[in-house]
Amino acid sequence: MDATILGLLFLDALQNGVVYGLLALAMVLVFAVTRVILVPIGELMMFAPLSLVWLQGGKLPGTLWLALALGVAWALLTRGRGALLPLLGGAGLFLLFLLALKAPPVAYLAALLLVVYLGVATYRVFFQPMRAASPEGEHRGATVLAYLIMAVGLHVAYQGLGLVFFGPEQFRPAPLVEGEALVGLSWQGVLVLLFALAAAGGLYLFFRLSLYGKALLAAAESRLGARLCGIRPEEAGMVAFAIASLMAALSGLLLAPLINAAYFMGFMLGLKGFVAAILGGLLSYPVAFLGALLVGLFESFTSFYASAYKEALVFLLLVPALLVQSLRARAVEE
Amino acid sequence: MRYGWFLLLLLPLALSPFPFYLTLLNFFALSGLVALSLYVLTGLGGMTSFAQAAFMGVAAYATALLAKGTGLSPWAGLLLGLLLTLAFALVLGLLTVRLKGHFLPLSTIAWQVALYILAGNLVGLTGGHTGLTDLPALVLLGLPLDTPFRYAFLSLFLLALLVLALYNLRESRLGRALLALRGDALTAASFGVDPAALRLKAFLLAGGIAGLAGFLYAHFLRFVNPTPFSLEASIKYLVMAVAGGVGTIPGVLLGAALFTGLEDWLKDLLPLLLGRQGNYETVAYGLVLAGILLLAPKGVYPFLARFSPKGEGRLSKAEPLPLPTPSGTPGEVVLEAQGLKKAFGGLLAVNGVSFALRRGEILALIGPNGAGKSTTFHLVTGAIPPDGGRVFLFGREITGLPPHRIHPLGLGRTFQHPHIFPEMTVLENAALATYARTRAGFLRVLFGLHREEEARALATAYQALKRVGLEDLALEAASRLTAGQQRLLEIARLLASGAEILLLDEPGAGLRAGEKRELAHLLKALAREGYTVLLVDHDMDLVMGLADRVVVMNYGEKIAEGTPKEVQRNPLVRAAYLGEVEAA
Repeated sequence: MDATILGLLFLDALQNGVVYGLLALAMVLVFAVTRVILVPIGELMMFAPLSLVWLQGGKLPGTLWLALALGVAWALLTRGRGALLPLLGGAGLFLLFLLALKAPPVAYLAALLLVVYLGVATYRVFFQPMRAASPEGEHRGATVLAYLIMAVGLHVAYQGLGLVFFGPEQFRPAPLVEGEALVGLSWQGVLVLLFALAAAGGLYLFFRLSLYGKALLAAAESRLGARLCGIRPEEAGMVAFAIASLMAALSGLLLAPLINAAYFMGFMLGLKGFVAAILGGLLSYPVAFLGALLVGLFESFTSFYASAYKEALVFLLLVPALLVQSLRARAVEE
Repeated sequence: MRYGWFLLLLLPLALSPFPFYLTLLNFFALSGLVALSLYVLTGLGGMTSFAQAAFMGVAAYATALLAKGTGLSPWAGLLLGLLLTLAFALVLGLLTVRLKGHFLPLSTIAWQVALYILAGNLVGLTGGHTGLTDLPALVLLGLPLDTPFRYAFLSLFLLALLVLALYNLRESRLGRALLALRGDALTAASFGVDPAALRLKAFLLAGGIAGLAGFLYAHFLRFVNPTPFSLEASIKYLVMAVAGGVGTIPGVLLGAALFTGLEDWLKDLLPLLLGRQGNYETVAYGLVLAGILLLAPKGVYPFLARFSPKGEGRLSKAEPLPLPTPSGTPGEVVLEAQGLKKAFGGLLAVNGVSFALRRGEILALIGPNGAGKSTTFHLVTGAIPPDGGRVFLFGREITGLPPHRIHPLGLGRTFQHPHIFPEMTVLENAALATYARTRAGFLRVLFGLHREEEARALATAYQALKRVGLEDLALEAASRLTAGQQRLLEIARLLASGAEILLLDEPGAGLRAGEKRELAHLLKALAREGYTVLLVDHDMDLVMGLADRVVVMNYGEKIAEGTPKEVQRNPLVRAAYLGEVEAA
């Protein structure tokens, strides 16, 4: 292996790693606030570029109808004035899509907002009712397990729907910026890197400095306590899902010109995000992000040596991660 | 009648003219086995696995490769398959059972995906996506099981056997411990259950069952390829179990039957209805799973079970387990804390607290809210490790030991909010406490060789219930108890556990005046019999009338110790605590 190949592998690792990092951050965020492990994040991520491709092709994507259907369910679940948000949001989304058919630049915004709307509706329709039904404090482990089963079920459903909506083909949307910054790194790749750094930094500042960010984390610790302090836990969950979906959608839109987009591709990306998140114990944002870079690096080099198995070998990284966590853990959790 | 499950063996006879249904019947039996493995994990243990299909795959490929490579009997393949599955489950389990609940299932997803990719890509070994064909048929007693009709007898027989074994498990110390672990690991550990070890064993059992199903699958189709061992397949089994009702054995099998029947129908019907090709059935699985979790989290079976005759519980007539005879002289120190310290971040919750508990006395730990009483309690019982200081039980140092190691030495505790398990009966809740005094392991339990010990455990529990006056409610669901009865149940549990030292965390909280008097009466009687009691409470009337000695804490430190009278006169105490009470 010479220096050029080494350099290319590093660039590849960096570019993939930051995307895994973003997904890992989104998952840690959602987990911290709602205890949901967001398995379908990969599908949300792929829905953005695929919807974009459909819009650019002059068609309304099936994801729009999915989002609107969930929006109606969301509105039905919300009594009173709260129902205005899903209804107005859904109507606005629909108009935006009609506009995007005529004005292609709007398509980016439409695809982005679609995924955010879908993400929030997913929380509101599928997870929030489970949370409301679970008794405060008691059997929390059982609730987290039920969330996880729900999340995996949604992953399967969304992935299947992705096939129905977009077919099995891969699509490559045009990059936002053309050309290469240097050999092996396109300007689009630079954009991905910059976005990742900005998003990671933004999240850090949000949780460290803003009162609202701290309130989100407080809501994760105790529903009752948060409510006593005037924080609505449902709102916290919705905000967490919105941020996570936004991050997923943006990464999807930025990444698709580099790696293609297809209905099945999000899952593996998300799974690698998990591996990174688990490296950070599903708790630590910086460790999760660094872990993601490690995952990218590991993947780059294994794909060089054993490309057929690279997707399987990534999960080997779980072994040391879990081992370290196990050694630190106490056997009994209250 | 659980032996009724063997009536399933009549089904192949009834369906013999319909080869298609015979095949479905085999698939039902195989799905049922895998779904039952999830009953062990999810229904009992409160864990789950998204890798059950991968475990099947490991065993299926093992037996296929052995048969193709060596020509050995497929039964050797079963052995190899089970060993390999167990080895994989052991590695995965060891890595995750000590972690919080979600790490295990998350890791199983990764594990499942990785194995699936390997099965598809290690073409030289596994034949890639074309798979391995022409596997030998199983031969049982000279009879080749080469038709769905013959095979159904084997698969259904094994299914019925497994059902029996799992009923045995449910009605055993291990079943109770798993259920307890699911609800609340700390309570389970307080009665001697080692959570990590038990979870690992349950995971191994579930992996082994899936391995058995994989072996049967391979020799039924006589062909293996990666598809039936994918993540979607694992999720399908989970959907079956959850939709039917993962908390009960009939529910799980109902789910397996429903979905095996529906699957082919869905595969044909949905594309017709919706007009395009696509994995509609996986969409349906996902949405069904979501719908069940939202609308009927306990699955379909509970709705049916309402109409079935209620099972008559029996009370055991066996001899109770022998109580450890209290040895040693009254007044000797049995439990001693020296300079206990615990800080939570910057908050010094307990700072240098020492006290000694003497045999046969009732010692009360009191103090205003936030004084560190409950933390002290946790430090003594091992629920949290102290930052400094030492704890001795019967002269033996127990500092930093986990609760499940401390309990068997003779210390039992209750909780500030009663930690009882609503899905178990009152009797089972009490019987959970005999865990540390009984021995039957997984093998003995699965084969039903634990019955005698089990009967004695239940008798012990019943005796304890009698002692606190709950015997009439023994067979009721524990969820029906009032707050006061829950407190009594917790004490009965301690008595059944054989602990000599009873640590009670706010036993009077939530009780009516009459109930408090009865509680005080009971505790005094127990102390006279040689039990030693340490209690934490706010209720001055209860504490001052009950305790022989009182330790007062404030701001994490001990500020006074003595008889109730002495303590009441102590000016520090009056200022810190009683003064506030009088003022209020």
